[in-house]
Amino acid sequence: MSISRRDFNKLLVSGVAGSAFGLFGMTGTSFAAGGAKKHVVVVGGGFGGAATAKYLRKLDPSLAVTLIEPKAAYVTCPFSNWVLGGLKTMKDITHTYAALHAKHGVNVIADRVVAVDPAKGTVKLSGGKTIGYDRLVVSPGIDFKFDAIPGYSQKIAESKIPHAWQAGPQTLLLQRQLHAMKNGGTVVICPPDNPFRCPPGPYERASLVAHYLKANKPKSKIIILDAKEKFSKQGLFTKGWERLYPGMIEWRSATGGGKVLKLDADKMTLETDLGAVKGDVINIIPAQKAGKIAFDAGLTNEKGWCPINPSSFESTIHKGIHIVGDACVAGAMPKSGFAASSQGKVAAAAIVNLLRGQEPAPPSLVNTCYSLIGPKYGVSVAGVYQLSATGIVDIPGSGGLTPADASDDQLEQEALFAEGWYTNICKDIWG
Amino acid sequence: MLPKKNVMLGLVFAVVPLFQASSTVIAADAPAPAATPAAVVAPAAPPAPAPITDPVKLRERGQILALSCSGCHGTDGKSASIIPSIYGKTTGYIESALRDFKSGARMSTVMSRHAKGYTDDEIHLIAEYFGNLSKKKN
Repeated sequence: MSISRRDFNKLLVSGVAGSAFGLFGMTGTSFAAGGAKKHVVVVGGGFGGAATAKYLRKLDPSLAVTLIEPKAAYVTCPFSNWVLGGLKTMKDITHTYAALHAKHGVNVIADRVVAVDPAKGTVKLSGGKTIGYDRLVVSPGIDFKFDAIPGYSQKIAESKIPHAWQAGPQTLLLQRQLHAMKNGGTVVICPPDNPFRCPPGPYERASLVAHYLKANKPKSKIIILDAKEKFSKQGLFTKGWERLYPGMIEWRSATGGGKVLKLDADKMTLETDLGAVKGDVINIIPAQKAGKIAFDAGLTNEKGWCPINPSSFESTIHKGIHIVGDACVAGAMPKSGFAASSQGKVAAAAIVNLLRGQEPAPPSLVNTCYSLIGPKYGVSVAGVYQLSATGIVDIPGSGGLTPADASDDQLEQEALFAEGWYTNICKDIWG
Repeated sequence: MLPKKNVMLGLVFAVVPLFQASSTVIAADAPAPAATPAAVVAPAAPPAPAPITDPVKLRERGQILALSCSGCHGTDGKSASIIPSIYGKTTGYIESALRDFKSGARMSTVMSRHAKGYTDDEIHLIAEYFGNLSKKKN
Protein backbone atom coordinates (compact mmCIF):
# COMPACT_ATOMS: atom_id res chain seq x y z
CA MET A 1 0.00 0.00 0.00
CA SER A 2 2.68 2.49 0.93
CA ILE A 3 4.56 1.79 -2.26
CA SER A 4 1.41 2.13 -4.21
CA ARG A 5 0.57 5.49 -2.76
CA ARG A 6 4.04 6.89 -2.81
CA ASP A 7 4.60 6.06 -6.43
CA PHE A 8 1.16 7.18 -7.33
CA ASN A 9 1.58 10.58 -5.76
CA LYS A 10 4.95 10.95 -7.38
CA LEU A 11 3.41 10.23 -10.72
CA LEU A 12 0.25 12.21 -10.47
CA VAL A 13 0.98 15.67 -9.32
CA SER A 14 -2.43 17.22 -9.17
CA GLY A 15 -6.08 16.69 -9.59
CA VAL A 16 -6.38 13.21 -8.25
CA ALA A 17 -4.85 12.96 -4.84
CA GLY A 18 -6.28 14.94 -2.01
CA SER A 19 -9.86 15.04 -1.00
CA ALA A 20 -10.39 11.36 -0.53
CA PHE A 21 -10.11 11.24 3.22
CA GLY A 22 -13.67 12.10 3.99
CA LEU A 23 -15.03 9.72 1.39
CA PHE A 24 -13.10 6.82 2.78
CA GLY A 25 -14.63 7.39 6.16
CA MET A 26 -18.00 6.55 4.68
CA THR A 27 -17.14 3.42 2.84
CA GLY A 28 -17.02 0.98 5.70
CA THR A 29 -14.94 -0.47 8.40
CA SER A 30 -12.30 -2.10 6.29
CA PHE A 31 -10.41 1.08 5.60
CA ALA A 32 -7.93 1.88 8.23
CA ALA A 33 -7.78 5.64 8.06
CA GLY A 34 -5.42 6.64 5.31
CA GLY A 35 -4.84 9.85 3.47
CA ALA A 36 -4.69 8.57 -0.07
CA LYS A 37 -7.07 7.20 -2.58
CA LYS A 38 -7.18 3.58 -3.51
CA HIS A 39 -5.44 3.24 -6.83
CA VAL A 40 -6.54 0.90 -9.60
CA VAL A 41 -4.31 0.53 -12.63
CA VAL A 42 -5.83 -0.68 -15.90
CA VAL A 43 -3.56 -2.04 -18.61
CA GLY A 44 -5.01 -1.79 -22.11
CA GLY A 45 -7.51 0.70 -23.52
CA GLY A 46 -9.71 -1.52 -25.67
CA PHE A 47 -13.33 -2.52 -25.01
CA GLY A 48 -12.48 -4.34 -21.77
CA GLY A 49 -9.90 -2.01 -20.25
CA ALA A 50 -11.51 1.31 -21.13
CA ALA A 51 -14.93 0.11 -19.90
CA THR A 52 -13.37 -1.01 -16.62
CA ALA A 53 -11.60 2.32 -16.15
CA LYS A 54 -14.70 4.38 -16.84
CA TYR A 55 -17.01 2.27 -14.68
CA LEU A 56 -14.57 2.14 -11.78
CA ARG A 57 -14.76 5.92 -11.62
CA LYS A 58 -18.51 5.91 -12.18
CA LEU A 59 -19.22 3.34 -9.46
CA ASP A 60 -16.81 4.85 -6.95
CA PRO A 61 -15.62 8.40 -7.67
CA SER A 62 -13.28 8.19 -4.67
CA LEU A 63 -11.03 5.79 -6.57
CA ALA A 64 -7.94 6.92 -8.45
CA VAL A 65 -7.83 5.12 -11.78
CA THR A 66 -4.90 5.04 -14.18
CA LEU A 67 -5.25 3.64 -17.69
CA ILE A 68 -2.02 2.65 -19.42
CA GLU A 69 -2.25 2.29 -23.19
CA PRO A 70 0.54 2.91 -25.70
CA LYS A 71 -1.72 3.96 -28.58
CA ALA A 72 -3.06 7.51 -28.69
CA ALA A 73 -6.35 6.21 -30.06
CA TYR A 74 -8.06 2.87 -30.32
CA VAL A 75 -9.29 1.49 -33.64
CA THR A 76 -12.07 -1.01 -33.06
CA CYS A 77 -12.14 -4.43 -34.67
CA PRO A 78 -15.93 -4.25 -34.63
CA PHE A 79 -16.98 -2.27 -37.70
CA SER A 80 -13.57 -2.64 -39.36
CA ASN A 81 -15.34 -5.00 -41.76
CA TRP A 82 -17.71 -2.12 -42.53
CA VAL A 83 -14.62 -0.13 -43.56
CA LEU A 84 -13.58 -2.95 -45.90
CA GLY A 85 -17.08 -2.93 -47.36
CA GLY A 86 -16.89 0.82 -47.98
CA LEU A 87 -19.63 1.61 -45.46
CA LYS A 88 -17.48 3.35 -42.83
CA THR A 89 -14.16 5.17 -42.71
CA MET A 90 -11.21 4.56 -40.41
CA LYS A 91 -12.06 7.82 -38.65
CA ASP A 92 -15.50 6.43 -37.79
CA ILE A 93 -13.94 3.52 -35.90
CA THR A 94 -11.16 5.41 -34.10
CA HIS A 95 -11.68 6.53 -30.52
CA THR A 96 -9.41 8.62 -28.31
CA TYR A 97 -9.05 8.62 -24.53
CA ALA A 98 -9.78 12.34 -24.19
CA ALA A 99 -13.25 11.88 -22.68
CA LEU A 100 -12.09 9.20 -20.24
CA HIS A 101 -9.67 11.75 -18.88
CA ALA A 102 -11.69 14.97 -19.13
CA LYS A 103 -15.16 13.68 -18.30
CA HIS A 104 -14.44 10.73 -16.06
CA GLY A 105 -11.23 11.65 -14.30
CA VAL A 106 -9.21 8.68 -15.53
CA ASN A 107 -5.49 9.32 -15.58
CA VAL A 108 -4.32 8.15 -19.01
CA ILE A 109 -0.67 7.28 -19.57
CA ALA A 110 0.52 6.68 -23.13
CA ASP A 111 3.08 3.99 -22.47
CA ARG A 112 3.46 0.23 -22.56
CA VAL A 113 3.60 -2.00 -19.49
CA VAL A 114 6.67 -4.21 -19.79
CA ALA A 115 6.51 -6.02 -16.45
CA VAL A 116 4.11 -6.73 -13.62
CA ASP A 117 5.24 -7.59 -10.11
CA PRO A 118 2.24 -9.22 -8.44
CA ALA A 119 4.10 -9.61 -5.13
CA LYS A 120 4.98 -5.94 -4.86
CA GLY A 121 1.82 -4.73 -6.58
CA THR A 122 3.61 -2.70 -9.21
CA VAL A 123 3.77 -2.36 -12.97
CA LYS A 124 6.80 -1.18 -14.88
CA LEU A 125 6.49 0.99 -17.99
CA SER A 126 8.76 0.93 -21.02
CA GLY A 127 9.64 4.53 -20.21
CA GLY A 128 11.18 3.29 -16.95
CA LYS A 129 8.54 4.38 -14.41
CA THR A 130 7.18 1.98 -11.83
CA ILE A 131 3.59 2.46 -10.71
CA GLY A 132 1.98 0.85 -7.68
CA TYR A 133 -1.57 -0.41 -7.53
CA ASP A 134 -4.09 -1.62 -4.99
CA ARG A 135 -5.80 -3.63 -7.72
CA LEU A 136 -4.64 -4.23 -11.27
CA VAL A 137 -6.81 -4.86 -14.32
CA VAL A 138 -5.19 -6.42 -17.38
CA SER A 139 -7.10 -6.25 -20.65
CA PRO A 140 -4.44 -7.17 -23.20
CA GLY A 141 -6.58 -8.51 -26.03
CA ILE A 142 -5.07 -11.10 -28.32
CA ASP A 143 -1.77 -12.06 -29.81
CA PHE A 144 -1.25 -14.35 -32.80
CA LYS A 145 0.27 -17.80 -33.26
CA PHE A 146 1.86 -16.93 -36.59
CA ASP A 147 3.69 -20.24 -36.70
CA ALA A 148 0.45 -22.24 -36.71
CA ILE A 149 0.54 -22.08 -40.52
CA PRO A 150 3.98 -22.94 -41.94
CA GLY A 151 5.16 -20.18 -44.23
CA TYR A 152 3.26 -17.45 -42.40
CA SER A 153 4.95 -14.91 -40.13
CA GLN A 154 4.41 -11.51 -38.58
CA LYS A 155 6.65 -10.02 -41.25
CA ILE A 156 4.54 -11.47 -44.06
CA ALA A 157 1.39 -10.32 -42.25
CA GLU A 158 2.69 -6.77 -42.15
CA SER A 159 3.82 -6.66 -45.76
CA LYS A 160 1.82 -9.00 -47.94
CA ILE A 161 -0.81 -11.20 -46.34
CA PRO A 162 -2.60 -9.26 -43.59
CA HIS A 163 -4.58 -10.76 -40.74
CA ALA A 164 -6.48 -7.50 -40.20
CA TRP A 165 -7.66 -8.97 -36.89
CA GLN A 166 -6.33 -6.03 -34.94
CA ALA A 167 -7.78 -2.98 -36.63
CA GLY A 168 -5.60 -0.14 -37.87
CA PRO A 169 -2.74 -0.42 -40.39
CA GLN A 170 -3.70 -4.05 -41.05
CA THR A 171 -7.23 -3.01 -42.03
CA LEU A 172 -5.82 -0.42 -44.43
CA LEU A 173 -3.39 -2.92 -45.97
CA LEU A 174 -6.20 -5.36 -46.70
CA GLN A 175 -8.39 -2.54 -48.02
CA ARG A 176 -5.61 -1.35 -50.40
CA GLN A 177 -5.18 -4.88 -51.70
CA LEU A 178 -8.91 -5.26 -52.32
CA HIS A 179 -8.98 -1.93 -54.14
CA ALA A 180 -5.96 -2.91 -56.27
CA MET A 181 -7.31 -6.34 -57.17
CA LYS A 182 -8.51 -6.96 -60.72
CA ASN A 183 -12.13 -7.69 -61.54
CA GLY A 184 -12.31 -11.47 -61.59
CA GLY A 185 -9.76 -11.93 -58.85
CA THR A 186 -9.98 -14.37 -55.97
CA VAL A 187 -9.99 -13.32 -52.32
CA VAL A 188 -9.09 -16.11 -49.90
CA ILE A 189 -10.04 -15.75 -46.23
CA CYS A 190 -8.63 -18.27 -43.74
CA PRO A 191 -10.40 -18.22 -40.32
CA PRO A 192 -8.78 -20.04 -37.40
CA ASP A 193 -10.01 -22.82 -35.16
CA ASN A 194 -11.78 -21.97 -31.89
CA PRO A 195 -11.34 -20.11 -29.64
CA PHE A 196 -10.67 -16.80 -31.33
CA ARG A 197 -11.68 -13.14 -31.23
CA CYS A 198 -15.11 -12.39 -32.72
CA PRO A 199 -16.43 -15.79 -33.86
CA PRO A 200 -18.79 -14.39 -36.57
CA GLY A 201 -16.20 -11.81 -37.71
CA PRO A 202 -14.54 -13.73 -40.57
CA TYR A 203 -17.94 -14.42 -42.12
CA GLU A 204 -19.11 -10.84 -41.75
CA ARG A 205 -15.84 -9.95 -43.46
CA ALA A 206 -16.59 -12.29 -46.36
CA SER A 207 -20.06 -10.70 -46.59
CA LEU A 208 -18.88 -7.09 -46.69
CA VAL A 209 -15.95 -7.81 -48.99
CA ALA A 210 -18.55 -9.44 -51.24
CA HIS A 211 -20.65 -6.28 -50.97
CA TYR A 212 -17.67 -4.24 -52.18
CA LEU A 213 -16.80 -6.69 -54.94
CA LYS A 214 -20.37 -7.03 -56.20
CA ALA A 215 -20.53 -3.27 -56.75
CA ASN A 216 -16.99 -2.81 -58.06
CA LYS A 217 -15.54 -6.11 -59.32
CA PRO A 218 -18.51 -8.40 -59.87
CA LYS A 219 -16.60 -11.22 -61.60
CA SER A 220 -14.53 -11.80 -58.45
CA LYS A 221 -14.83 -14.65 -56.01
CA ILE A 222 -14.29 -15.28 -52.31
CA ILE A 223 -13.08 -18.62 -50.99
CA ILE A 224 -13.16 -19.26 -47.24
CA LEU A 225 -10.69 -21.95 -46.19
CA ASP A 226 -11.86 -22.75 -42.67
CA ALA A 227 -9.97 -24.54 -39.90
CA LYS A 228 -13.38 -25.57 -38.51
CA GLU A 229 -16.28 -27.83 -39.46
CA LYS A 230 -18.90 -25.21 -38.65
CA PHE A 231 -19.03 -21.57 -37.71
CA SER A 232 -21.00 -18.92 -35.82
CA LYS A 233 -24.39 -17.91 -37.28
CA GLN A 234 -23.68 -20.36 -40.12
CA GLY A 235 -27.28 -20.81 -41.25
CA LEU A 236 -27.92 -17.07 -41.27
CA PHE A 237 -24.74 -16.28 -43.17
CA THR A 238 -25.26 -19.05 -45.71
CA LYS A 239 -28.80 -17.90 -46.42
CA GLY A 240 -27.70 -14.26 -46.65
CA TRP A 241 -24.89 -15.11 -49.08
CA GLU A 242 -27.30 -17.03 -51.32
CA ARG A 243 -29.69 -14.11 -51.34
CA LEU A 244 -27.27 -11.21 -51.73
CA TYR A 245 -24.17 -12.64 -53.39
CA PRO A 246 -25.22 -15.81 -55.25
CA GLY A 247 -22.25 -17.84 -56.44
CA MET A 248 -19.68 -15.39 -55.08
CA ILE A 249 -18.72 -16.91 -51.70
CA GLU A 250 -17.53 -20.49 -51.35
CA TRP A 251 -16.97 -21.91 -47.84
CA ARG A 252 -14.84 -25.02 -47.37
CA SER A 253 -14.89 -26.86 -44.05
CA ALA A 254 -11.65 -28.11 -42.52
CA THR A 255 -12.20 -31.65 -43.80
CA GLY A 256 -13.64 -30.40 -47.08
CA GLY A 257 -10.37 -28.91 -48.24
CA GLY A 258 -10.46 -25.93 -45.89
CA LYS A 259 -7.58 -26.80 -43.60
CA VAL A 260 -4.51 -24.81 -44.64
CA LEU A 261 -1.37 -26.95 -44.43
CA LYS A 262 1.11 -24.42 -45.72
CA LEU A 263 1.43 -20.95 -47.20
CA ASP A 264 3.67 -20.06 -50.13
CA ALA A 265 3.66 -16.28 -49.87
CA ASP A 266 5.78 -15.76 -53.02
CA LYS A 267 3.37 -17.75 -55.16
CA MET A 268 0.30 -16.55 -53.20
CA THR A 269 -0.88 -20.12 -52.79
CA LEU A 270 -2.24 -22.12 -49.87
CA GLU A 271 -1.75 -25.84 -49.70
CA THR A 272 -4.73 -27.93 -48.56
CA ASP A 273 -5.62 -31.62 -48.43
CA LEU A 274 -7.47 -31.15 -51.71
CA GLY A 275 -4.74 -29.27 -53.56
CA ALA A 276 -3.37 -25.77 -53.81
CA VAL A 277 -5.57 -22.67 -53.73
CA LYS A 278 -4.30 -19.47 -55.32
CA GLY A 279 -5.44 -16.06 -54.16
CA ASP A 280 -5.03 -12.57 -55.55
CA VAL A 281 -5.67 -11.32 -52.03
CA ILE A 282 -5.11 -13.62 -49.06
CA ASN A 283 -6.33 -12.83 -45.56
CA ILE A 284 -5.03 -15.27 -42.94
CA ILE A 285 -6.58 -14.90 -39.51
CA PRO A 286 -4.13 -16.88 -37.38
CA ALA A 287 -4.87 -18.91 -34.29
CA GLN A 288 -4.69 -16.77 -31.16
CA LYS A 289 -3.58 -16.52 -27.55
CA ALA A 290 -3.74 -13.89 -24.83
CA GLY A 291 -1.87 -10.63 -25.41
CA LYS A 292 1.83 -10.57 -24.57
CA ILE A 293 1.70 -8.83 -21.21
CA ALA A 294 -0.54 -11.64 -19.89
CA PHE A 295 2.29 -14.09 -20.58
CA ASP A 296 4.96 -11.78 -19.21
CA ALA A 297 2.94 -11.35 -16.01
CA GLY A 298 2.47 -15.10 -15.62
CA LEU A 299 -1.31 -14.90 -15.91
CA THR A 300 -1.81 -17.57 -18.61
CA ASN A 301 -2.64 -21.27 -18.50
CA GLU A 302 -1.20 -24.05 -20.67
CA LYS A 303 -3.55 -23.09 -23.51
CA GLY A 304 -2.34 -19.51 -23.56
CA TRP A 305 -5.41 -17.84 -22.00
CA CYS A 306 -5.99 -16.36 -18.55
CA PRO A 307 -8.05 -18.35 -16.04
CA ILE A 308 -10.21 -16.16 -13.79
CA ASN A 309 -12.71 -16.33 -10.99
CA PRO A 310 -15.95 -15.54 -12.84
CA SER A 311 -17.54 -13.61 -9.99
CA SER A 312 -14.79 -10.96 -10.00
CA PHE A 313 -12.60 -11.72 -13.05
CA GLU A 314 -9.70 -11.91 -10.63
CA SER A 315 -6.88 -14.14 -11.81
CA THR A 316 -6.81 -17.60 -10.25
CA ILE A 317 -3.03 -17.43 -10.57
CA HIS A 318 -2.19 -14.01 -9.10
CA LYS A 319 -4.41 -12.38 -6.50
CA GLY A 320 -5.11 -8.70 -6.89
CA ILE A 321 -5.01 -8.86 -10.69
CA HIS A 322 -8.18 -8.97 -12.77
CA ILE A 323 -8.27 -9.97 -16.44
CA VAL A 324 -11.12 -8.99 -18.74
CA GLY A 325 -11.82 -9.30 -22.44
CA ASP A 326 -10.54 -11.67 -25.11
CA ALA A 327 -7.57 -12.81 -23.01
CA CYS A 328 -9.61 -14.33 -20.18
CA VAL A 329 -11.34 -17.70 -20.01
CA ALA A 330 -15.00 -16.74 -19.63
CA GLY A 331 -16.93 -19.97 -20.22
CA ALA A 332 -19.88 -19.53 -22.55
CA MET A 333 -19.07 -15.89 -23.33
CA PRO A 334 -17.54 -15.32 -26.77
CA LYS A 335 -14.40 -13.25 -27.26
CA SER A 336 -16.23 -10.11 -28.36
CA GLY A 337 -15.95 -6.41 -27.70
CA PHE A 338 -19.37 -6.42 -26.10
CA ALA A 339 -18.46 -9.33 -23.82
CA ALA A 340 -15.23 -7.55 -22.87
CA SER A 341 -17.13 -4.41 -21.89
CA SER A 342 -19.68 -6.43 -19.89
CA GLN A 343 -16.83 -8.19 -18.08
CA GLY A 344 -15.16 -4.83 -17.50
CA LYS A 345 -18.26 -3.50 -15.75
CA VAL A 346 -18.54 -6.63 -13.62
CA ALA A 347 -14.84 -6.44 -12.74
CA ALA A 348 -15.21 -2.75 -11.86
CA ALA A 349 -18.13 -3.50 -9.53
CA ALA A 350 -16.22 -6.40 -7.96
CA ILE A 351 -13.13 -4.25 -7.43
CA VAL A 352 -15.20 -1.56 -5.74
CA ASN A 353 -16.60 -4.26 -3.42
CA LEU A 354 -13.21 -5.81 -2.75
CA LEU A 355 -11.56 -2.48 -2.00
CA ARG A 356 -14.28 -1.94 0.62
CA GLY A 357 -13.59 -5.34 2.14
CA GLN A 358 -16.84 -6.77 0.76
CA GLU A 359 -17.56 -9.87 -1.25
CA PRO A 360 -18.15 -9.17 -4.94
CA ALA A 361 -21.85 -8.92 -5.69
CA PRO A 362 -23.24 -11.59 -8.03
CA PRO A 363 -22.39 -10.52 -11.58
CA SER A 364 -24.74 -9.88 -14.48
CA LEU A 365 -23.10 -10.68 -17.80
CA VAL A 366 -24.42 -10.16 -21.29
CA ASN A 367 -23.39 -10.19 -24.92
CA THR A 368 -24.84 -8.97 -28.20
CA CYS A 369 -22.99 -9.47 -31.48
CA TYR A 370 -24.37 -7.94 -34.63
CA SER A 371 -23.09 -8.99 -38.03
CA LEU A 372 -23.85 -7.17 -41.23
CA ILE A 373 -24.35 -9.35 -44.29
CA GLY A 374 -25.42 -6.44 -46.48
CA PRO A 375 -26.23 -2.76 -45.82
CA LYS A 376 -29.88 -3.61 -45.10
CA TYR A 377 -29.28 -7.16 -43.90
CA GLY A 378 -28.26 -7.53 -40.27
CA VAL A 379 -28.26 -10.56 -38.00
CA SER A 380 -27.40 -10.96 -34.34
CA VAL A 381 -26.64 -13.36 -31.56
CA ALA A 382 -27.43 -12.51 -27.95
CA GLY A 383 -26.46 -14.14 -24.67
CA VAL A 384 -27.34 -13.61 -21.03
CA TYR A 385 -25.15 -15.49 -18.58
CA GLN A 386 -25.07 -16.74 -15.02
CA LEU A 387 -22.58 -18.49 -12.81
CA SER A 388 -22.85 -22.22 -12.29
CA ALA A 389 -20.65 -24.94 -10.83
CA THR A 390 -18.86 -25.09 -14.19
CA GLY A 391 -18.33 -21.35 -14.55
CA ILE A 392 -20.13 -18.88 -16.79
CA VAL A 393 -23.06 -20.51 -18.62
CA ASP A 394 -25.98 -19.37 -20.74
CA ILE A 395 -29.22 -18.80 -18.86
CA PRO A 396 -31.49 -21.51 -20.28
CA GLY A 397 -34.17 -20.19 -22.60
CA SER A 398 -32.50 -16.83 -23.14
CA GLY A 399 -30.31 -15.44 -25.89
CA GLY A 400 -29.83 -17.00 -29.29
CA LEU A 401 -29.86 -16.02 -32.93
CA THR A 402 -31.93 -13.92 -35.26
CA PRO A 403 -34.74 -16.30 -36.33
CA ALA A 404 -34.01 -18.21 -39.55
CA ASP A 405 -37.34 -17.00 -40.96
CA ALA A 406 -36.81 -13.33 -40.04
CA SER A 407 -38.59 -11.01 -42.49
CA ASP A 408 -36.72 -8.53 -44.68
CA ASP A 409 -38.11 -5.82 -42.44
CA GLN A 410 -36.60 -7.45 -39.34
CA LEU A 411 -33.24 -7.94 -41.07
CA GLU A 412 -33.20 -4.29 -42.08
CA GLN A 413 -34.13 -3.27 -38.53
CA GLU A 414 -31.24 -5.37 -37.18
CA ALA A 415 -28.86 -3.65 -39.61
CA LEU A 416 -30.08 -0.29 -38.28
CA PHE A 417 -29.72 -1.46 -34.69
CA ALA A 418 -26.21 -2.73 -35.46
CA GLU A 419 -25.16 0.78 -36.34
CA GLY A 420 -27.00 2.19 -33.33
CA TRP A 421 -25.33 -0.35 -31.10
CA TYR A 422 -21.88 0.66 -32.33
CA THR A 423 -22.54 4.34 -31.67
CA ASN A 424 -23.79 3.65 -28.17
CA ILE A 425 -21.24 1.09 -27.03
CA CYS A 426 -18.36 3.27 -28.16
CA LYS A 427 -19.83 6.21 -26.29
CA ASP A 428 -20.45 3.95 -23.28
CA ILE A 429 -16.77 2.99 -23.25
CA TRP A 430 -14.72 5.89 -24.63
CA GLY A 431 -17.25 8.71 -24.43
CA MET B 1 -8.19 -16.12 5.65
CA LEU B 2 -7.15 -12.94 7.41
CA PRO B 3 -4.05 -11.06 6.41
CA LYS B 4 -0.90 -11.66 8.36
CA LYS B 5 0.04 -8.98 10.79
CA ASN B 6 3.07 -7.96 8.82
CA VAL B 7 1.10 -5.21 7.14
CA MET B 8 1.90 -2.93 10.06
CA LEU B 9 2.58 0.64 9.12
CA GLY B 10 2.77 -0.34 5.54
CA LEU B 11 6.44 -1.13 5.79
CA VAL B 12 6.42 -4.73 4.78
CA PHE B 13 4.70 -5.08 1.49
CA ALA B 14 6.26 -7.67 -0.72
CA VAL B 15 5.14 -10.58 1.34
CA VAL B 16 3.59 -13.37 -0.60
CA PRO B 17 1.12 -14.61 2.04
CA LEU B 18 -0.30 -11.13 2.18
CA PHE B 19 -1.35 -11.44 -1.42
CA GLN B 20 -2.61 -14.93 -1.03
CA ALA B 21 -5.02 -13.47 1.46
CA SER B 22 -6.00 -10.96 -1.19
CA SER B 23 -5.65 -8.29 1.41
CA THR B 24 -4.19 -5.49 -0.65
CA VAL B 25 -7.36 -3.54 -0.02
CA ILE B 26 -6.47 -2.95 3.59
CA ALA B 27 -4.99 0.46 4.01
CA ALA B 28 -1.85 0.19 6.02
CA ASP B 29 -1.44 3.46 7.78
CA ALA B 30 -2.87 1.91 10.89
CA PRO B 31 -2.74 -1.74 11.87
CA ALA B 32 -5.67 -3.61 10.46
CA PRO B 33 -8.17 -4.43 13.17
CA ALA B 34 -8.57 -8.12 13.82
CA ALA B 35 -12.21 -8.01 12.88
CA THR B 36 -11.53 -6.56 9.45
CA PRO B 37 -13.20 -8.75 6.90
CA ALA B 38 -10.60 -10.03 4.50
CA ALA B 39 -11.50 -9.59 0.88
CA VAL B 40 -11.29 -13.26 0.21
CA VAL B 41 -12.21 -14.09 -3.33
CA ALA B 42 -15.34 -16.15 -3.71
CA PRO B 43 -14.92 -19.76 -4.83
CA ALA B 44 -15.11 -20.48 -8.55
CA ALA B 45 -18.71 -21.61 -8.31
CA PRO B 46 -20.51 -19.51 -5.76
CA PRO B 47 -23.93 -20.75 -4.68
CA ALA B 48 -27.00 -19.00 -5.95
CA PRO B 49 -27.42 -15.75 -4.04
CA ALA B 50 -29.95 -15.74 -1.24
CA PRO B 51 -33.00 -13.54 -1.84
CA ILE B 52 -32.15 -9.92 -1.13
CA THR B 53 -34.35 -7.92 1.19
CA ASP B 54 -32.16 -4.97 2.22
CA PRO B 55 -33.27 -1.92 0.14
CA VAL B 56 -29.67 -0.74 -0.38
CA LYS B 57 -28.65 -4.17 -1.62
CA LEU B 58 -31.71 -4.31 -3.86
CA ARG B 59 -30.76 -1.01 -5.44
CA GLU B 60 -27.19 -2.25 -5.93
CA ARG B 61 -28.51 -5.42 -7.54
CA GLY B 62 -30.66 -3.29 -9.84
CA GLN B 63 -27.60 -1.26 -10.77
CA ILE B 64 -25.48 -4.34 -11.55
CA LEU B 65 -28.27 -5.74 -13.73
CA ALA B 66 -28.79 -2.34 -15.39
CA LEU B 67 -25.11 -2.12 -16.37
CA SER B 68 -25.85 -4.83 -18.92
CA CYS B 69 -28.29 -2.52 -20.69
CA SER B 70 -25.79 0.29 -21.31
CA GLY B 71 -23.80 -1.74 -23.87
CA CYS B 72 -26.61 -1.10 -26.39
CA HIS B 73 -28.76 1.63 -24.83
CA GLY B 74 -25.93 3.90 -23.72
CA THR B 75 -24.47 4.90 -20.37
CA ASP B 76 -27.32 5.38 -17.85
CA GLY B 77 -29.67 4.24 -20.61
CA LYS B 78 -29.14 7.46 -22.57
CA SER B 79 -28.98 6.52 -26.22
CA ALA B 80 -27.13 8.60 -28.79
CA SER B 81 -28.54 6.58 -31.70
CA ILE B 82 -31.75 5.05 -33.05
CA ILE B 83 -31.74 2.52 -30.21
CA PRO B 84 -34.38 3.72 -27.74
CA SER B 85 -33.28 5.42 -24.53
CA ILE B 86 -34.26 3.77 -21.27
CA TYR B 87 -33.44 6.93 -19.36
CA GLY B 88 -36.38 9.24 -18.95
CA LYS B 89 -38.96 6.47 -18.82
CA THR B 90 -40.92 5.52 -15.72
CA THR B 91 -40.43 2.35 -13.72
CA GLY B 92 -43.85 1.07 -14.76
CA TYR B 93 -43.26 1.72 -18.44
CA ILE B 94 -39.89 -0.03 -18.46
CA GLU B 95 -41.17 -2.96 -16.45
CA SER B 96 -44.16 -3.48 -18.71
CA ALA B 97 -42.00 -3.22 -21.84
CA LEU B 98 -39.50 -5.80 -20.54
CA ARG B 99 -42.25 -8.19 -19.46
CA ASP B 100 -43.90 -7.88 -22.87
CA PHE B 101 -40.56 -8.50 -24.62
CA LYS B 102 -40.10 -11.55 -22.42
CA SER B 103 -43.55 -12.97 -23.16
CA GLY B 104 -43.37 -12.10 -26.84
CA ALA B 105 -46.41 -9.82 -26.56
CA ARG B 106 -44.29 -6.96 -27.89
CA MET B 107 -42.48 -7.28 -31.21
CA SER B 108 -38.70 -6.96 -31.09
CA THR B 109 -35.44 -8.06 -32.66
CA VAL B 110 -33.01 -8.87 -29.83
CA MET B 111 -35.00 -7.68 -26.82
CA SER B 112 -37.08 -10.83 -26.39
CA ARG B 113 -33.88 -12.88 -26.42
CA HIS B 114 -32.41 -10.66 -23.71
CA ALA B 115 -35.52 -10.27 -21.56
CA LYS B 116 -35.88 -14.05 -21.26
CA GLY B 117 -32.60 -14.03 -19.32
CA TYR B 118 -34.12 -12.18 -16.35
CA THR B 119 -36.65 -13.17 -13.70
CA ASP B 120 -39.68 -10.95 -13.13
CA ASP B 121 -38.06 -9.76 -9.91
CA GLU B 122 -34.89 -8.82 -11.78
CA ILE B 123 -36.93 -7.02 -14.42
CA HIS B 124 -38.58 -5.04 -11.63
CA LEU B 125 -35.17 -4.09 -10.16
CA ILE B 126 -33.86 -2.98 -13.56
CA ALA B 127 -36.99 -0.92 -14.19
CA GLU B 128 -36.82 0.62 -10.74
CA TYR B 129 -33.15 1.48 -11.15
CA PHE B 130 -33.71 3.36 -14.41
CA GLY B 131 -36.98 4.86 -13.18
CA ASN B 132 -35.26 6.28 -10.09
CA LEU B 133 -32.25 7.43 -12.10
CA SER B 134 -34.53 9.49 -14.34
CA LYS B 135 -36.38 10.96 -11.37
CA LYS B 136 -33.17 11.89 -9.63
CA LYS B 137 -31.66 13.74 -12.53
CA ASN B 138 -34.81 15.44 -13.82
